[in-house]
Amino acid sequence: MATEFHNLQEMQHTASLVTKVFIQRDYSEGTVCRFQTKFPTELDNRIERALLEQTVKTLNSYYVEAEKVGGQSYLEGCLACATAYIVFLCMETRYEKVLKKISGYIQEQNEKIYAPRGLLLTDPIERGMRVLEISVFEDRGSSGSSPSSSMSSCSTAR
Amino acid sequence: FPPGKASMRECEYSQISTRSSTPMETPYKKRTPKRKKWEAFPGRNKFYCDGRIMMAKQTGVFYLTLVLILVTCGLFFTFDCPFLAQELTPIIPVLGGALFLFVLGTLLRTSFSDPGVLPRATPDEAADLERQIDVANGTTGYRPPPRTKEVVINGQTVKLKYCFTCKIFRPPRASHCSLCDNCVERFDHHCPWVGNCVGRRNYRFFYMFILSLSFLTIFIFAFVITHIILKYFKPAGCKWAVVVCFFSVWSIVGLSGFHTYLISSNQTTNEDIKGSWSSKRGKDNYNPYSSGNIFTNCCMALCGPLPPSLIDRRGFIEADAPQMAPPTNGITMYGATHSQQSHMAAATPLLQQQSSEPVIITSSPENGTSLPARASLTLGGPCTSLPLGQPTPPTSTPSLTLHHYLTPEEVPSPPGMLHCGSPLGHSHTVQASFYNPASQDSLHEDSVRGLVKLSSV
Repeated sequence: MATEFHNLQEMQHTASLVTKVFIQRDYSEGTVCRFQTKFPTELDNRIERALLEQTVKTLNSYYVEAEKVGGQSYLEGCLACATAYIVFLCMETRYEKVLKKISGYIQEQNEKIYAPRGLLLTDPIERGMRVLEISVFEDRGSSGSSPSSSMSSCSTAR
Repeated sequence: FPPGKASMRECEYSQISTRSSTPMETPYKKRTPKRKKWEAFPGRNKFYCDGRIMMAKQTGVFYLTLVLILVTCGLFFTFDCPFLAQELTPIIPVLGGALFLFVLGTLLRTSFSDPGVLPRATPDEAADLERQIDVANGTTGYRPPPRTKEVVINGQTVKLKYCFTCKIFRPPRASHCSLCDNCVERFDHHCPWVGNCVGRRNYRFFYMFILSLSFLTIFIFAFVITHIILKYFKPAGCKWAVVVCFFSVWSIVGLSGFHTYLISSNQTTNEDIKGSWSSKRGKDNYNPYSSGNIFTNCCMALCGPLPPSLIDRRGFIEADAPQMAPPTNGITMYGATHSQQSHMAAATPLLQQQSSEPVIITSSPENGTSLPARASLTLGGPCTSLPLGQPTPPTSTPSLTLHHYLTPEEVPSPPGMLHCGSPLGHSHTVQASFYNPASQDSLHEDSVRGLVKLSSV
């Protein structure tokens, strides 16, 4: 990489959005929320495979935890039913709690791993849990010329 | 500026980052007032209480349901309960009251909540999908056949259909409701009696509603009969209560039984009616979502985790949404001026894209004749299932002429949607025609804009 993005603020000033890569849902295990761990080829020279796979695997495990049908969810369900679901007005559901953990995790990953590489993850909940959106940035300052050349320079290995 | 005024300015236009450099965006920001996302929601839903309540467009039958329940229970409590409390036990009105409140609570919960609507794809997502499909089909010219993706779930092959209105591949068990014009997760049916779709997020409330209503009607029916027999003459109010209950018992108890069966086999009404998992389709056909155990299926449906709403109804529309740099014309959009809490708070992406109200760069086409030709294609036949934006995007480099706020409401859904997965519920009203001839002109204009919008992405 010609330049390092040290934080998201810096990237905001100097970067321009080049493209967005979408990681789609993996429905092979049913309707449970899971993202494909297949590595998108557009990110080949931007980030190491292992890092992205680790992120996606961790996210998948969070979603499994959110949608787990077990003791706690039964208790929550029965309590809610007994109170005619009024309890949901005061209480946060387990799913919502896990979603908060997920957004914290994504922010942390962005700061530590993705922003330094000119990438940005978007929380899937902001996209209706359809996709995991990865925005790819190009540093304006480094290309120094018209953006059309920045596209070509992006594709060349850095 | 005096400090007070500056801070006031900041409060009013809190979404503008002070580091914004593009002059184009600031003037627009000042003119458009802040709107909430439900105001720009693309589906045909009605919202109340500032987005807290969400219902279908036609709610007449829902009010009928309410009236029937309230009047019948009112008559029961007024005319029968005093007598029964005296003659038998005061527990009867108490139990009746509790049941009534539970019924009302679950009905309102079913009717007012988001059934599990899937938000429509952002323009970038839609473009990405279109690209992938074009690559897969190997064509960019003519309209490709209806798009499906196959996936194997628990050993069973399931086809995922592409929704032309929402521009997504529908997840398994999701379906597009033609009445509400939304894709709904785990779509069961559209119920006019509750004035809403029944889907993943409100199915348990719906089931508890019909179950408790069955108990309530049987309860009222039984005790009114008791009253009549004990008293040996008919008070005026009783007759009406008996009649309503008598008919309700059969229909509602029957419905409860049907849904109990559906829950225990983990099917939706939609799937049952289509016979998706019926063994008549093939020897190896089975339901991949069922756990095989009735008890587990019931627990999953009723006591499983309640997913949150995917449509952020009461969030504010972020009007500044940058677009990707289209490779052909070499224009890059610099965005990222808004969305700011100083510490980049929870999950706010750097460049926020709104699925409900994108900023669209409309381009003046180089070739003046190309637009009308494309527009005529979509209006060629009333019920052709031509998707919007299917002609090839312009190869000439469009020039950036203006920012144009296009809400997806202005883009009409193609008529093809009528044929995609609208289920037959136990009381399903079918829309006769999609295009109203009177609104053809506005539709024409809208479709032109819609075409331009899609082709410029």
